[in-house]
Amino acid sequence: MSKRIEVTDLDVYYSRFLAVQNVSLTIEPRTVTAFIGPSGCGKSTLLRTLNRMHEVVPGARVEGRVLIDGDDLYAPDVDPVLVRRQVGMVFQRPNPFPTMSIRENVLAGVRLNNRRMPRADADDLVERSLASANLWNEVKDRLNLPGSSLSGGQQQRLCIARAVAVAPDVLLMDEPCSALDPISTLAIEDLIEELKQQYTIVIVTHNMQQASRVSDRTAFFNISGAGTPGTLIEYDDTATIFSRPSVQATEDYVSGKFG
Amino acid sequence: MTTTTSTPSATTMPGAGAVAARRGGLYAAARLPRGTAWATLAASWLVTGGLFGILDAAGASDGFNLVGTIFFGTVLFDVAIWSLALLVEGRRRALDRLVTSLVSTAFVIALLPLVSLVATVLQNGLARFDTAYFTESMRNVIGAGGGGLHAIVGTLEITGMATLISVPVGLLASIYLVEYGRGALARGITFFVDVMMGIPSIVAGLFAFALFALATGNPGIRSGFVGAVSLSVLMIPVVVRSSEEILRLVPNELREASLALGVPKWLTVLKIVLPTSIAGLVTGVMLAIARVIGETAPLLIVAGFTASMNYDLFSDRMMTLPVFVYTQYTQAAGLHAQAAVDRAWAGALTLIIIVMVLNLAGRVIARIFAPRYGR
Repeated sequence: MSKRIEVTDLDVYYSRFLAVQNVSLTIEPRTVTAFIGPSGCGKSTLLRTLNRMHEVVPGARVEGRVLIDGDDLYAPDVDPVLVRRQVGMVFQRPNPFPTMSIRENVLAGVRLNNRRMPRADADDLVERSLASANLWNEVKDRLNLPGSSLSGGQQQRLCIARAVAVAPDVLLMDEPCSALDPISTLAIEDLIEELKQQYTIVIVTHNMQQASRVSDRTAFFNISGAGTPGTLIEYDDTATIFSRPSVQATEDYVSGKFG
Repeated sequence: MTTTTSTPSATTMPGAGAVAARRGGLYAAARLPRGTAWATLAASWLVTGGLFGILDAAGASDGFNLVGTIFFGTVLFDVAIWSLALLVEGRRRALDRLVTSLVSTAFVIALLPLVSLVATVLQNGLARFDTAYFTESMRNVIGAGGGGLHAIVGTLEITGMATLISVPVGLLASIYLVEYGRGALARGITFFVDVMMGIPSIVAGLFAFALFALATGNPGIRSGFVGAVSLSVLMIPVVVRSSEEILRLVPNELREASLALGVPKWLTVLKIVLPTSIAGLVTGVMLAIARVIGETAPLLIVAGFTASMNYDLFSDRMMTLPVFVYTQYTQAAGLHAQAAVDRAWAGALTLIIIVMVLNLAGRVIARIFAPRYGR
C-alpha cells in the first residue's frame, strides 16, 4: 500500500514570498522520514505540499514536481481531493470534530464523502482503525461519547485512527506530539513504529530525540535569516545525521549549538 | 493590658503580638463592614422613595413614581458609597467603589426602561388578553369585543415567509463570504450588506411596493407576500452579518482536518462547518426575526390593514400585529375609545410574547445542536 515520494526542484510560494526553495528528495516506501530544522524554515510548508493541503491558504502555489509512485501531484488534471484521500495528515493540535462521537470521528472520512457502508463493515473499520492507533482498548466501551471527551493524547490517537480509516498510502504528521505529555508521546512514537509496516510516514518534529528515535531518514532544513526561503541542507540516514553529518550547520543544530 | 496598643514595645510581648497578627498587623486597613454597599443602596432607595412619596402625597405628581425612585436612588447611592468609602477606606478603595457602583448604575439604567415597558404592557394588555381576543377578528365589530386573531395569523404568516426568503439567501451569502469570497466581489457584498443594514424600513416598504406594482401593473397592490418581501429586505443583511461572524468562529483546524481526509470543500462546509456553528446560526436567525416582527411602516404600505381574516398570503390586504396596534390606537375615539386602546395593548403584549417564545425556542434548539465539548 505504501508508496515512494519523489520531490524534484520544488519551490513553494505564499503569494510573492518564496517560503521553500529548490528542494529535492526521495522518500522510500515503508520508512519513517523526519523533517527537522528551526522554526520558519519551511518544514511544515513542504509537508503540506505533499498532499496539496498548502493550497488551502489563499495565494499559495508550487513550482517543481512531486511524484508519488511516478504520478505527478501537480499535473493539471489532478484533483486535490483524490490526492488527499491517498495521503493522510495528522495535525499539530488534536482536532477531533466536536459535533461527532468517537465512532463517528473514525468514520468521518467515509461518511463525509457520502459513501454508504453496511453497519457490520463500519463496526469492523472502527475497531481496526482504533486498534491500529492503539486506542481500541481505552475507548471500546464509550464509542458514542463525544470525541472531545478524551484526553489530549487520546484525541491525537483518535485523529491518527481517523486518518488511517480512509486507507491512505502515505501518512504525514505535522508535529503530532508537540501538544502532548511524555507518556502520550511515547504511545504515539510506538504507534509510528507499528504504522511503518504499512505506510510511508513523514513526520515534522522539533524534538531531535524524537527524530532519532522514530525515523529511518532525516532531512535537515535551515534558513539563512528572516524573510529568506528555507532550503534543504542535508538528507541522509538518521544515524548519519546525528553522528557524523557532512554539513557543519547540521552538526551545530543537532548538537544544540543553535536553534 | 489593653489589646489595642500599638507601641513598638508592646509587639515584643507574645500576647499583644498575636493580637496584632490576627488583625493583619502591618497590612491592616480600615474596611467598611460587609454588606455596607447593599445597606447603602437600600437606604438611598428609601430616601428617594420617601421624597417621591411626599411629592405624591402633596399632589405634585400623578401617582407614586417607582422608576424615578429607583433611578435617583441609584444615583444617590453612587455618591453616598463613594463618600463613605473616602471617609473610612481611603482614596484607592473609594475610587474602586465609585467605578463599581457607576457600572452597576449603567446596568440599572439599561434595565429600567425594559422592565418598565414590560410591566406597563402587562398592566394594560391583560385587560383584553382573553379567549375572544385569540378566537375572533375585528370583522363587523363596533365598540367593545372583537379580537386580534387576524393580526396574529397575518404576523405569523408574513414573518414566516420573510424568514423563508431571508434565511437561505442570507446564509448562503455568508457562506460565500467566509468560505469562498475573495477580492472585489466579496468586499462589494460586505459593503452593500452594511449599506442595507442602514436602510430605513419605510424605504424597504416602498421598494417592495414599487417592485410589485410595476411587475403586476396594479398600482394598488396589497398582499401579505409583498409585505414579506419588504421585510426580507430588512432581514437579509442581519442574517448575513450574524451568520458571517458565527462562521468565522469555526476553527480553521476543523476545516483542514476534513479537507485532509479527502473530503471536498462543499461537503466540508455542509457537514463540518455548519453543524459546528448551528447553535450560533439559530440564535442569529432568531435575532433577525425579532428585528422584523415588530416592523410597522413597510407593512402599513404594502400589506395594508383589514378587519377580516385573510389566510392567503398572495391576495388582498393582510393585518399584522404592529399595524393592528397602530390602527386600534389611532381609531380610538368616541364612546368605545377604551375598548380600542385595550385591544391595542393586548396586541402589543401578544407581540412581545411571540418574540419571547421564539427566543426561548431558539435557545432550546441551540442547546440541542450545540457541539458537545468536555465530558
